[in-house]
Amino acid sequence: MSKVTSVMIVGVGGQGTLLASRLLGGAMMEQGYDVKVSEVHGMSQRGGSVVTYVRYGDRVDSPVIDLGGADVILAFEKMEAARYLPYLKKGGKVIVNVQQIDPMPVVTGAQAYPADVLDAVRAAGAEVLALDALGLAAQAGSAKAVNVVLIGAMARRLGVEKEIWLKTVRETVPPKFLEMNLRAFELGYQA
Amino acid sequence: MKKELMLGNEAVARGLYEAGARVVSSYPGTPSTEITEAAASYEEIYCEWAPNEKVAMEVAAGASFGGARSFCGMKHVGLNVAADPLFTMSYIGVNGGMVIGVADDPGMHSSQNEQDSRRYAKAAKVPMLEPADSAECRDFAKLAFSLSEEFDTPVILRLTTRIAHSRSIVPLGEREERPLLPYEKAPQKNVMLPAFAKPKHVRVEERTRALEEWAEAAEINRVERHGSRIGVIAAGACYQYAREALGDAADYLKLGMVHPLPSRLLKEFAASVDRVYVIEELDPVIEEHCRMLGIPVTGKELFPLCGEFSQNLVRRLVAGEEPELLHAPENLPARPPVMCCGCPHRGVFYLLKKLKCYVSGDIGCYTLGASAPLSAMDTCVCMGASVSALHGFNKARGEEAAKRAVAVIGDSTFAHSGMTGLADIAYNRSNSVVVVLDNSITGMTGHQQNPTTGITIRGEATTAIDLEALCRAVGIRRVRVCDPYDLKAMEAALREELAADEPSVIISRRPCALLKFVKHAPPLQVDASRCIGCKSCLGIGCPAISFREKKAVIDQTQCVGCGVCTGLCPKQAILSGEAVE
Repeated sequence: MSKVTSVMIVGVGGQGTLLASRLLGGAMMEQGYDVKVSEVHGMSQRGGSVVTYVRYGDRVDSPVIDLGGADVILAFEKMEAARYLPYLKKGGKVIVNVQQIDPMPVVTGAQAYPADVLDAVRAAGAEVLALDALGLAAQAGSAKAVNVVLIGAMARRLGVEKEIWLKTVRETVPPKFLEMNLRAFELGYQA
Repeated sequence: MKKELMLGNEAVARGLYEAGARVVSSYPGTPSTEITEAAASYEEIYCEWAPNEKVAMEVAAGASFGGARSFCGMKHVGLNVAADPLFTMSYIGVNGGMVIGVADDPGMHSSQNEQDSRRYAKAAKVPMLEPADSAECRDFAKLAFSLSEEFDTPVILRLTTRIAHSRSIVPLGEREERPLLPYEKAPQKNVMLPAFAKPKHVRVEERTRALEEWAEAAEINRVERHGSRIGVIAAGACYQYAREALGDAADYLKLGMVHPLPSRLLKEFAASVDRVYVIEELDPVIEEHCRMLGIPVTGKELFPLCGEFSQNLVRRLVAGEEPELLHAPENLPARPPVMCCGCPHRGVFYLLKKLKCYVSGDIGCYTLGASAPLSAMDTCVCMGASVSALHGFNKARGEEAAKRAVAVIGDSTFAHSGMTGLADIAYNRSNSVVVVLDNSITGMTGHQQNPTTGITIRGEATTAIDLEALCRAVGIRRVRVCDPYDLKAMEAALREELAADEPSVIISRRPCALLKFVKHAPPLQVDASRCIGCKSCLGIGCPAISFREKKAVIDQTQCVGCGVCTGLCPKQAILSGEAVE
């Protein structure tokens, strides 16, 4: 079977995970790969835990990533990185925004937000790259650019030419926000 | 050739465009919504959001009578609403080609049940195609129109969530303009009186046999040989899961048409291998057909009837392989979907909980009112059921129960099928209170216009349903409008209408906080010196309010200043930002 790379993008509804998956999928199509991206729409967008799958290679069959199937988990929130850990392959990478967003059971005081959640991810055997994507996005000019910062951080580690990524960013984001998003990409790329 | 990474739904729309479709009428429903949104981006296609799926299908039927290629789109449960025209359009057939897009939701990502639409194709005796990726979505949409016209039948295009909401590469083609076919009056074909319908039923049975013959040789029903002893029969996403899991270690019969099924092809394929697996999500539709033909297959004795499949599931059940997994930390707090900050529904549910009401619920964002901490919904069945089921509840339990029972229904759902229930309340006189949660949009499916918003799918101004006048016109005398941000006024309205001795409607009116034109107030803050940590404000389940170090804290990036929380604080500690500083 030909090699397929599987990237799972996880976060909280409203964080812009869909745009990130489109950027990644677009860049890989530009690179000449077969690509499948599976998105979550509807109910799960309302502040819930959201998952998007991006898979690329010579031939991609299934649009979804199953348990133990992800080469990379790109997490927009740190507890979400931990939640989806069983989807990571042994030896897989986790690229994670260290932001904490309290889910409803934490908001209501029914449960505590786990204090050392990224340590637990490392202890489970994942290679972790943690970055303050929210801070970098603010530095780029908008807290909403967390997604592009994270794509930048992942881009350097996926072995695709930078120019292809930049071209995809230019083609995907609205012109009004292009400069800001290019800054966000660069800050992530250097992280 | 230009290629695009398209959603399955967008690719269906592309197929409609390239096939020369002229009229599209749909009701939004996850996971089908983007077909019609994408179709509306092609100016050659007339597109609309209909009030419900039955109307949408009848519009498509009318356009077909009129000689146009037409389409209607809906989710699986929408096909229940549209089942009436479906069964008779099967008898009538088409003039211009007519295609019905239906998206099933195995795994219930965003649905109230997991029904299998393939049963409808069989029951209504219409052909059904099922694509397995976006390129096939485009191709099959086009093929569906030619089949529709060749065999004089509506054709159903069935998607599932993983096909509808996955992107894959689609080569783009050109639009082939189809001139309107001439309209000729033909009552024996188009007027289904018993005398005309009887011969049509005979023709429908002949048509199914002809379609089965077509399916035997159709390219979309394809055999892939790898010289294996095991064979897999599958369609749609299940084919992809099987292909991923088993690769070249199996032979495949990949079905593109799931009704009618090619009996000879199934028999020949099964005879060519030692063991045949039928891999299909939900019901054993293909399996039952194989068993009827006497083909020994492995199906639902191995594979589940419930939920989505995946490559791991196929690997485990067919090859006995289990992946080694990393373990997530235990007891992570769950992250359920919640009502957004500033959601106009929140305060209404807070009050209904406070008043200990029986809440007859409905389908929309506000179904989240069932979740903690609001937990203010007793029932939720289907579109429109809140209103009619409240009437039934009140008829069963009498006046005392009716004083503590309400129905909640959104504007779009009310226009879809809530207004008929309201007519029943007025006509058959139950003392029911209906709260119409009018947020000026169809929210849950991602902001679609509807007949109450005064805007079309393309953003043009149009007539809006006058909800107050409509409620009065069906016979409700007590109709009032209330702002759900004003908790005091809303509570007073609820108490008065529950106490009243006749049916009433409260229209809770405030646009969805996510609509672009909505202006937000500055974020609120908690004055920590006044906060006593009583957690009263947490009772509304606002994602912007959390509790840290024994005080309530408002997230300044999330709060939109709706002010619903301010009235809950016994110490008036929640204030506008400037007031705290």
